[in-house]
Amino acid sequence: MIEVRGLHKRFGAHTALHEVDLDVARGEVVVVVGPSGSGKSTLCRCLNRLETPDGGVIRIDGAELPEEGRALARLRADVGMVFQSFNLFQHKTILDNLTLAPVRVRGLSKDEAERNARELLDRVGIGAQAEKLPAQLSGGQQQRAAIARALAMRPKAMLFDEPTSALDPEMVGEVLDVMTDLARDGMTMVVVTHEMGFARQVADRVVFMADGEVVETGTPAAFFDSPTSDRARDFLAKVLSH
Amino acid sequence: MNVITDHLSEFGDGLLLTVELTLLSLAGALVAGIVVAAMRVSPVRVLRAAGMAYVEVLQNIPLLVWLVIAVFGLPEIGVIAGLFTTSVVVIVLYQGAYTAEAIRSGINAVPAGQGEAARALGLTFTQSLRLVVLPQALRTVVQPLGNIAIMTLMNTALAAAVGVVELTSAANRVNLAEAKPIWIFVTAGLAYMALSGLLGLTTGVLERKWAILR
Ligand SMILES: Nc1ncnc2c1ncn2[C@@H]1O[C@H](COP(=O)(O)OP(=O)(O)OP(=O)(O)O)[C@@H](O)[C@H]1O
Ligand SMILES: [Mg+2]
Repeated sequence: MIEVRGLHKRFGAHTALHEVDLDVARGEVVVVVGPSGSGKSTLCRCLNRLETPDGGVIRIDGAELPEEGRALARLRADVGMVFQSFNLFQHKTILDNLTLAPVRVRGLSKDEAERNARELLDRVGIGAQAEKLPAQLSGGQQQRAAIARALAMRPKAMLFDEPTSALDPEMVGEVLDVMTDLARDGMTMVVVTHEMGFARQVADRVVFMADGEVVETGTPAAFFDSPTSDRARDFLAKVLSH
Repeated sequence: MNVITDHLSEFGDGLLLTVELTLLSLAGALVAGIVVAAMRVSPVRVLRAAGMAYVEVLQNIPLLVWLVIAVFGLPEIGVIAGLFTTSVVVIVLYQGAYTAEAIRSGINAVPAGQGEAARALGLTFTQSLRLVVLPQALRTVVQPLGNIAIMTLMNTALAAAVGVVELTSAANRVNLAEAKPIWIFVTAGLAYMALSGLLGLTTGVLERKWAILR
């Protein structure tokens, strides 16, 4: 489904990603973990080309990511993305947030898009908030709305970049529950997160990154119980100690 | 006081022309400003450069010089248009440069994540600008756009210099006949103040109506 070979990304003199390979099979849930600045967000953003790679190949469903333009827009429509800061459109109601792209990109009628949107909002438990503006919702509700907005495009895969890092602790669970349900339904997912509990329970595979490289990859059990690299052991010691 | 009442129709015609000049210029400058601001943030280098060149060239030559160039220069190269039309076009292009800069600052004030989220959903750059970024940008720059609108109103007086009989020119004509400059120009000044007061009020109403909840 997602195939990454030799991905390279620099910011000026700083190398953010170095020779990164990654495969995500259809229906697979891959959780990416690693210390701050290790390149997790950059990898995630390269997967739909919000960040332009400096080298390497990325294929989604067999097709190489095209240059910026219509073809890339079409491909992005098939890959949902959820951001740390929600990024709901501030000037639109939650319902309009969900219908904008289906109407403008998929060509759905307004009615049909609204029907789908309300279904999705119910599914993530915020059906009653449809007519509100994003700023009127709690962080957890906003992030669930953002997930619903991505799902409204009926994507083939979903990317999550630290979806719970900006949330108050009591709201983390409601968002992770939605993501867990999504994983159970067979969605292909790449999730960058510091939530080790989620990684352990929901991931099919954990990818550990450090200094712009994929250092280790394995099943959650293998990674958490018997990490092979020093850097992974180091990282786990730090995050699991609190 | 008779000088005013005796010449009400001249004042009225001048005022009407000032209002027409202003409204047409505002509408045109808004369109020009949006187009140029969009060029200045576009991913296409040529468009960005063209947008920047436009702003620099227009802003760094006085409006009066542009008006004179257009009114006297255009006929030389075979472009014949009325004085009013020429003045409107020149004021639109000139104020368009300032409008573009105000809108661009509004675009820069919209968090980058808004455009990214739009593009991540499959909207093209143009769609994300038009449907997500610009609507938010415009709402944040209502106040500066209001100031530019008032500046536009004031600048329509320069059309007097190239023969458009708007309010200032009308006042000047009445004064040539009556030689009561204080009465006549204070009256014209009060009319400008009333118009700019209206623009200011409109700005305030729009700003409150369009405030974005964050
Ligand atoms: N737009 C940018 N310009 C310059 N440097 C950047 C940019 N984005 C990321 N970087 C740098 O690239 C490196 C990788 O950043 P990235 O955001 O991918 O890390 P991360 O693993 O997501 O970290 P975190 O856990 O803090 O989110 C960092 O050193 C960061 O400073
Ligand atoms: Mg990150």
